[in-house]
Amino acid sequence: MSTTIDERPAATAPPVVPDARTHVPGEIGIWVFILLDLATFAALFAAFLHDRGGDAELYAASQAKLSQDFGALNTLILLTSSLLVVAGVRGIRAGRLREARLALYGAVACALAFCVVKVFEWGGKFADDITPTTNGFWEYYFGLTGIHLFHLLIGLGVLTFMLRRTRKAQLTGADVANVETGASFWHMVDLIWIVIFPLLYLAH
Amino acid sequence: MHSSDTKLLTPRILVVWGVLVLATVVSWYLGTDHGFSSKDGQSVATSIVLVVAFVKIRFIGSDFMELRHAPAGLRRAFDAWVVVVCLTLVGFYLGGQ
Repeated sequence: MSTTIDERPAATAPPVVPDARTHVPGEIGIWVFILLDLATFAALFAAFLHDRGGDAELYAASQAKLSQDFGALNTLILLTSSLLVVAGVRGIRAGRLREARLALYGAVACALAFCVVKVFEWGGKFADDITPTTNGFWEYYFGLTGIHLFHLLIGLGVLTFMLRRTRKAQLTGADVANVETGASFWHMVDLIWIVIFPLLYLAH
Repeated sequence: MHSSDTKLLTPRILVVWGVLVLATVVSWYLGTDHGFSSKDGQSVATSIVLVVAFVKIRFIGSDFMELRHAPAGLRRAFDAWVVVVCLTLVGFYLGGQ
């Protein structure tokens, strides 16, 4: 084992854990972004339920064509990816970079598995001639899951960036803060899906 | 503290993950018409499923995103989002029933 974290941060870098009670996980900017993004999604979720109330029968008939199994499977995949990202961050902090790398590769595998499920799910809908223009429900379905997928693909890039950090010989406090920023973004991708799943797939 | 003493996954994190998985499976069951055939029954089941989702999100925030150790302002902002959006969505859902 040749790689360890310098636990005494460089003079210009923020400390790794300045105070366990008041530590912002990642840069503060990512939290501004996360809270704004969550507010945007909240507005979309409310708009969906509002429109659903206006045409309940059409939305129910359309929802009946969704596979709850695909939605639930992707929820379990993302929860597992988040657990692996937690292990990755803790591994990087502890200087156990090989284990951190394995955990993050596992998270990447989960992200790819999510995409594969999504390809099957969307492919099935397109094969049945269901598109975003079919009706209001499908517009929301493709819109919300599409915007989420866009976030997930950015998250894949973020995971790749975090993986690169596990190959650095000497990690600074700034490196660890970058990794925490990426992890916070990834957990947000998980979090948004936690609302999308019951809203689109389960609400009757 | 030597770094190799650090557990990559603490018992608490594993329990949180287990609870999140269990909550997902129970929601999946409740959301697929098991024992809730009446309209009122479905409204109750869906409301429960929505509230459970936001309880799950609170755990993701506190444990996965490490907000348990974050400054109070950030924790409160996140909690406010959880409570406001949960109540709004359940309200919009029930209003549309």
